Order: sequence, then structure tokens, then C-alpha cells
Amino acid sequence: MSMILSLGQTAFELGLICSLTVLALFLSYSMLNVCDLSTDGCFTLGAVVGASVAISGHPFLAIPASMLAGMLSGFTTALLQTKAGIDSLLAGIIVNTGLYSINIGIMHGSSLLNMNRTDTIFTLFKSQFPSLSSYMILLIALISVILVVLFLIFFLSTKLGLAIRATGNNPSMVKSSSINPVFTTIVGLCIANMFTGLSGCLLAQSQKFVDINIGQGMVTIALASLLIGRTLCNHGSIFKRSFACVCGAIIFRLVYTIALRFNMPAFMLKLVSSIIVILAIAIPYLKSQWPHIQRKIQYKRGM
Amino acid sequence: MLILKDISKTFNPGTVNEKNALNHVSLTLKSGDFATIIGSNGAGKSTLFNAICGDFMSDTGSIQLEDMDITFMPQYKRAKYIGHLYQDPNKGSAPGMTILENLALAAGKGGWLSHISKKDKLIFKEQLKQLDLGLEDRLNQPVGLLSGGQRQALTLLMATYNPPKLLLLDEHTAALDPQTAKKVLSLTKEIVEKNHITTLMITHNMHDALSLGNRTIMMDNGKIILDIEGSQRENTTVSDLIEQFKEKSGNEFDNDRILLTK
Repeated sequence: MSMILSLGQTAFELGLICSLTVLALFLSYSMLNVCDLSTDGCFTLGAVVGASVAISGHPFLAIPASMLAGMLSGFTTALLQTKAGIDSLLAGIIVNTGLYSINIGIMHGSSLLNMNRTDTIFTLFKSQFPSLSSYMILLIALISVILVVLFLIFFLSTKLGLAIRATGNNPSMVKSSSINPVFTTIVGLCIANMFTGLSGCLLAQSQKFVDINIGQGMVTIALASLLIGRTLCNHGSIFKRSFACVCGAIIFRLVYTIALRFNMPAFMLKLVSSIIVILAIAIPYLKSQWPHIQRKIQYKRGM
Repeated sequence: MLILKDISKTFNPGTVNEKNALNHVSLTLKSGDFATIIGSNGAGKSTLFNAICGDFMSDTGSIQLEDMDITFMPQYKRAKYIGHLYQDPNKGSAPGMTILENLALAAGKGGWLSHISKKDKLIFKEQLKQLDLGLEDRLNQPVGLLSGGQRQALTLLMATYNPPKLLLLDEHTAALDPQTAKKVLSLTKEIVEKNHITTLMITHNMHDALSLGNRTIMMDNGKIILDIEGSQRENTTVSDLIEQFKEKSGNEFDNDRILLTK
């Protein structure tokens, strides 16, 4: 029983930490309508920067540092697609590829950083509040998620937030309005990638090591979570929708944990997330096509 | 006041698809002028609007609005001074955002981080009441739920919320049913008159072209071929217009949506 509980707790922890990336995609994918494929590299960047700064003795500084790194990565992606005429998908892929080298560079040529003897924000808080020590990761992750959701609720109802939403919602309206889509895309992607960086930093510090593949497939996993969240709630207030994103991330991790219990090998994670994304996008599409297909079949039968 | 001097635009130059869409167009509108524009298909009416609003940079000439030279001003900056309505009601508002949020964007008050205040809400309600479509009670509904006519009326309100120096209406009632079109058109007249907005309106309704506003402009082949106002315009009938077109362009008036009746 206690084993199941502890597995459940790990799923919650991972779900909460990764939900920060899901919230980032909520901003870039759902609001700005940009599929940001630099997410994998940016997540790793956040983890690598966070770990390096923590190893140098500043676990708290690691958090703003990784957020700033994520922001820079988002800024680059946005600049490529708004000012250099590079397609938005391609811009993400290019930045993602470039970040691989940068990430290894930050780790001084190694592809792995170990933080077993390093103070992290988690170990520091654990020694401060020993009674809560087994729930520390859960608590800190939860607080970060709440802060990010509060920020999103505030930000998306400001004039700038509304302009960002309009940019994604109706480009032709924005074209004939005084909103500058270059500016809104840059701000949107900077903020989204800031959260992705934070997400990577928290994961690195909680699991006490980073390797270069920590972010691989993150964009698909986060999209799967986002789409699970969307089936829970697609309309309504920003609070409801971002809460649904967090729930989606946790549900994804719980289902994955349960699957592991039933002896699914761990390497299947990425295939599962791919299939979830395919189903979540393809089923509504096929549903809308179904009457047409049905008519075609009936028509052929009648011939 | 709008002064267009020698505006030309050629699309796809040097290819088989080369199209000389605007051919040295010059036009001066006085402050408060309301001019209607008619012309056959491909005459360059919409292209002229796109040149004015900055959708593309013209190949030659200059554009002056009031005391600003806007020839090279980017589109989003011009949008502060120029309202633009298209035939497609879906083009002017964000369907996934509420009426309130759309209006807040159009009002553009306050800094980037400002929120919609209770006072703003009351003002928006008051403004929506003038449309007389019951939208004031649907502030928190997404715009995507509105009908085409409601949406175009809202777009009109948004485009004129801060009265622009110039209003471009590109057949903005053409996609609406006759009853709604009439309503949106009378709203347009009301708003333009109240705020003395300089306006250009493309129409395919020949009767509207002569009865609305104070000036009628006819375009053909990227050129302005007729520009009438005052008593000359008052004495012109729809059939005169058609006759004039034949005379000046050497062609029949071929606009597949042209309306000759009231």
C-alpha cells in the first residue's frame, strides 16, 4: 500500500513540475497559436543552467537564471520567425538543434551533471522543515504551479495579454488593428519559454542530476497533457483552462505510472505520449469527417 | 484630409502574371468627405484600400493623412488612424474572445498591463446599446457565437470606437442579408456623420453609390476615371453612371454583383 502511495506521490510531483511546461504550451500553442518545437531544448537548457548555478553554490539563484535562459531561447525563436522570415515550426527546430550544443557547452563538454553532493532548493527547505521533508518536492512544485497560474490569470487579462490572444485567435483582425504581431509574438514566446526553463530547473534540482536527454520528447509529452486537459475543459475562464492543463499533466503521469505497474517498460513513455497526441488531434478531425465518409459509402453502395 | 499622389502598384512584375493593379492614382479627400467607389471586377478598388492602409508599400508616389506622411509607415501604426472594414465579417474580431475583450482591445485605453475596469464595462455597454442588437447583455459571450450582421456591427463599433482620421469600408455590407445590410449601413451613416470621419466606401450598389456621402468615384483598370460631387452628382442617375463608364473605359460595366435597383 505504502508503495502505491509513494508511486502516486512521485506521479504527482512529476506531473506538477511538468505542468509548468504544459502551461508554457498553453500560452504558446493554445493562446498564440504557435507550435513551439524548441520546447525540448529549452527544457534541457533550464535544467542545465539550473543545475550548473546550483552546483556553483547558488540553488536559489538557479531559478531566475534558468527562467532568464528560457526567455532568451524563446526570444531567439520568436525573432527567427518574425524578423528573419523563417517558418515558425522550422524556427523551433533550428533553435532546438542549436541548443543541444549550447547545453553541452554549459556542462563543460560533459553530457551529465551530478548533484548528489549539491545543495538544492529542495534539500535546503528539507533541512529547514524536517517534519515536511517527504512532501517538500510536492509542496515546492505546487507553490510554483500556483504562482504561474496566478500570473497567467493576471497577464492574459491585461491589454497586452488580450493582444497576444487576438494574435493567435484571428491574424487577419490583428493585421488591420494597431496590434503589432511581431511584438506580441516575441513577448508571448519569451514568457512561455521562461516557464519551460523553470520547469526544467525544478526537475533537475528535484532528481539531483541532469543529462542532455532530460528534455527529449518534452514537447510531445506536454502537448499530450495539454490535450488531455482540453478534453476536461476547453472553454471558460483562463483559470478553468489553466487548471485543466495542470490536471492533464497529472493525469498523464498517473496513467503512465499505472501502466508501469502493469509491467509496461519505461522506454514506452514517449510512444504513449505520441499516441495520445495523435488520438487527441485526430479523433475530433475524423469525427467531423465521418458524415462525409458515411455518405460516400452509402453512395457507392447505391450504385 | 487624405492626399494620394501618383500611387502605382504592380504585382508579380516581370512574370506572366504581371498585374498593373494601380496606375498612377492621385486623389485628395477633404476632411469629412464621404466618397463612394464603384468599378468593375479587378478595377483596383480593394488594392487602393490596401495601399492606403499599408498592407503593401506602393511602387511609386506618396500618401499623406492629415499632416502625417504615412507612405512608409507600417500597417499596425497606420491602424491607429485608419479604420478598415472588410466584406467578410469574420475578419474584424477575434471569435474566441468575448465581446468585452474585443472592445477592450479596440478601445486600447491604458498601458500594456492595464485591466478592463468596471467603468470601461459601463461605457462599452452604453456603446453597444446604440447598435440596438441586444449585444449589451452578452458582454461575456465569445464573438464567435454572433451572427454575421451582429459581428459586422460590432466590428464597425470597434473600428470607430476611437474615431479614426479615415474609415475604409470595403463592401462591408455585401455578405449580409438585405435587412441586416440596411441596418449596418444606417449605423455606418450615423457614426460617420456624428464623428465627421473622412470615409471611403466601396460598394456594388449603384443607388448607394449616388445617394450615400457627398462624392462618387469610379475606377477602371487601376485608374480613377470619374470623380463627381455637388450639383453634378445630384443630377446624375444610375443609368448615367453606366453610360459614363462605357464612354470612358470603352467597355461594358462588368461587375458580377452589381445592383442597379434600390
